[in-house]
Amino acid sequence: MVIDSIDKLKKMQDDACQKLDRQKKKVLICLGPGCLAGGSDQLLSEFRKVLKQKKVKGVTVEAVKQVGCHGFCARGPLVIIEPERIFYTKVKKAHVKDIVAKTLVNGEIIEKLLYTDPDDHAKKMADYQEIPFYKNQQRISLRNCGQIDPDRIDDYIAMGGYSALGKVLTRMKPAKVLDEVSKSGLRGRGGGGFSTGRKWATCAKIDDEPRYVICNGDEGDPGAFMDRCIMEGDPHSVLEGMIICAFAVGSNYGYIYVREEYPLAVINMQKAIEAAREHNFLGKNIFNSGFDFDVLVIRGGGAFVCGESSALMKSVAGEVGEPRAKYIRSVVKGVFDKPTVLNNVETFATVPVILDKGSKWFSSIGTKKSTGTKAFSLAGKVKNTGLVEVPMGVTLRDIIFDIGGGVPEGRTFKAVQTGGPSGGCLPEDKLDLPVDFDSLTEVGSMMGSGGMIVMDDRTCMVEVARYFLHFLVEESCGKCSPCREGLYQLLNLCTKITEGKATEADLDLMEQLSKTIQIGSLCGLGQSGPNPFISTLTYFREEYLAHINDKKCPAGICRSLIKFVINDECTGCMACIKVCPTEAITGEKKKLHVLNQDLCTQCGSCEAVCNFEAIDII
Amino acid sequence: MTTAEKTKLKKIFDRNPKNPQALITVLQDIQKEFRYLPCDAMSEAAKQLGVPLSKVFSASTFYNAFSLKPRGETIIRICQGTACHINGADLMVEQLETELNLKVGETSTDLKFTIEVVNCVGACAMAPVLIVNETYHGNVRCDRAVGLAKKG
Repeated sequence: MVIDSIDKLKKMQDDACQKLDRQKKKVLICLGPGCLAGGSDQLLSEFRKVLKQKKVKGVTVEAVKQVGCHGFCARGPLVIIEPERIFYTKVKKAHVKDIVAKTLVNGEIIEKLLYTDPDDHAKKMADYQEIPFYKNQQRISLRNCGQIDPDRIDDYIAMGGYSALGKVLTRMKPAKVLDEVSKSGLRGRGGGGFSTGRKWATCAKIDDEPRYVICNGDEGDPGAFMDRCIMEGDPHSVLEGMIICAFAVGSNYGYIYVREEYPLAVINMQKAIEAAREHNFLGKNIFNSGFDFDVLVIRGGGAFVCGESSALMKSVAGEVGEPRAKYIRSVVKGVFDKPTVLNNVETFATVPVILDKGSKWFSSIGTKKSTGTKAFSLAGKVKNTGLVEVPMGVTLRDIIFDIGGGVPEGRTFKAVQTGGPSGGCLPEDKLDLPVDFDSLTEVGSMMGSGGMIVMDDRTCMVEVARYFLHFLVEESCGKCSPCREGLYQLLNLCTKITEGKATEADLDLMEQLSKTIQIGSLCGLGQSGPNPFISTLTYFREEYLAHINDKKCPAGICRSLIKFVINDECTGCMACIKVCPTEAITGEKKKLHVLNQDLCTQCGSCEAVCNFEAIDII
Repeated sequence: MTTAEKTKLKKIFDRNPKNPQALITVLQDIQKEFRYLPCDAMSEAAKQLGVPLSKVFSASTFYNAFSLKPRGETIIRICQGTACHINGADLMVEQLETELNLKVGETSTDLKFTIEVVNCVGACAMAPVLIVNETYHGNVRCDRAVGLAKKG
């Protein structure tokens, strides 16, 4: 059906809402990456099967919906019953019949599947909005994630989707759109933090045709998965943002560059594009305004550097993704040397809401210089792993402890890594800093695209620096030598420290080398490459010195500096014997096992599987 | 190349535009079909898209998604994202390498298994993550890795 006027869109929205309201209850099944790994696809088919067999008054098979990531991955697979927002966690296939018979038929809540308050085990919470993880969030870019079926455009429209586009195309001039986005204070969510309004306005002014709009879905930072969840769970919001941008800058063609590692995001984006074409949100004469726009999905090739704008544009053109020096910005000469606006997935997903509710509303959220909200992926050594969205300016402590629930029992917080390989690690005393574009940069890290990895006392900061350097060496495109050679040497020196072979003079050398790399590299990958090393050295120098002077790894991670021994707690369960890759552990059932140090490679597999804390690290 | 393989290749060229811009997409399709980039397919791509073979080779070796060597039926990928790394992803590598007698990046001689590492698959909340073909396994303790991999 072609939607060419606001009235038609309104009617479609009403119809879609009516259809949804016909179901007395809705069963939302999270098919986000976390829940899927827990087998939520099987829950979906089981619910459909059970509901086909058993008739429930007011609820048909259509009430069962697959939705994108709901956020609370640590508790997945998740099943949510609307309208009551009953939140079932760790649901298994065997629970499905019970949920149908009790909750759907009788409205009865199944206690054992509810979220339990970690401080008070007797306290169960049914409504997810009462759970601290959700209570402290404010969702704008993730507004529909976990609420709608990403494959159904009707669902998106029922939530008010494409109404911002309708308003823009029928009632606004491009200049007004640019003005509105500028006034909102929206800054690029990919990590750069450049003013979106200014970027668009610059592109619109360039006297060259055609202009292009590119969505950067090459979310390469390890530890970040916000964009993945938006593309998988709410692809239309990204499209709507892109179309609005294209109208504002006068572009008729766009690309969405999606990481190769996100196959489902590619599929869902493609399906969304087809549905949008059918309804003429993409194509010729959109909303009868005379404006044409279409989008193509480009799959990435698995190169981290392609998240950099100029490298990405090379890759779109079918070439090797090497960045170029940016004395001419890509808004002037971008893809195919034409003016190009490139924004990140989350930025585009935010745009429709700004035009719907107005720039004033948006800029009232967050801080003065960083308006709105930001999505973060919370992972690592934290209880409540998952996807969160909070207003800018909340503190790291709020995110990690109030929403994330802190580090698991028995461990202590050590650092939080933000900003991926370009960011840094911040210690406990920096946790009260507000999270926005500027505050974290001042202390040597950055907010980045939103990956947030929590580390506890069993994480070695020197090893973390080595890990990031290794990552960057692998991913450096090799075009400029400060990055290609410099990072490689930095990695070698860092490895030397983890092996206990370094001296304090090596640290000085590393600091000098870092400066050279920062100044001399061509693109952001190299310029920010030394950050993980510099930030860990700044805040955890004593840990570096322990490796260098005492030949000790305080966290018990660096293999050359530790030894594993079996203590008296050993029950003789043989778990470690089975898992030891070098057959260094011997022993009989129910008898104390023995570890042969000559064969041991200090991999730590034995410690990982021991249930009795019988392996000590010395 | 067998006739069947040539037909597969032809289909790939037919559904993609024949210009240098389509290079990465075409290589991705070939990789998907053959699980690697056969030499003949690369020369054919160069011819069909009007790109020098050197450029095809350059793109094939630049992007991690491409392999110039045949890969196994079961592709075992261990996520090396930050969250997976600090949650012991290396232990899975150790277990798999020992059990399958392969190193990361290698394929067994019977073409059954390939072990690869991947930078981050965006399932960080479930770290460490093991991906066997297209199936994701989250929170994998190292002693479960081999069993999950062999199950396919």
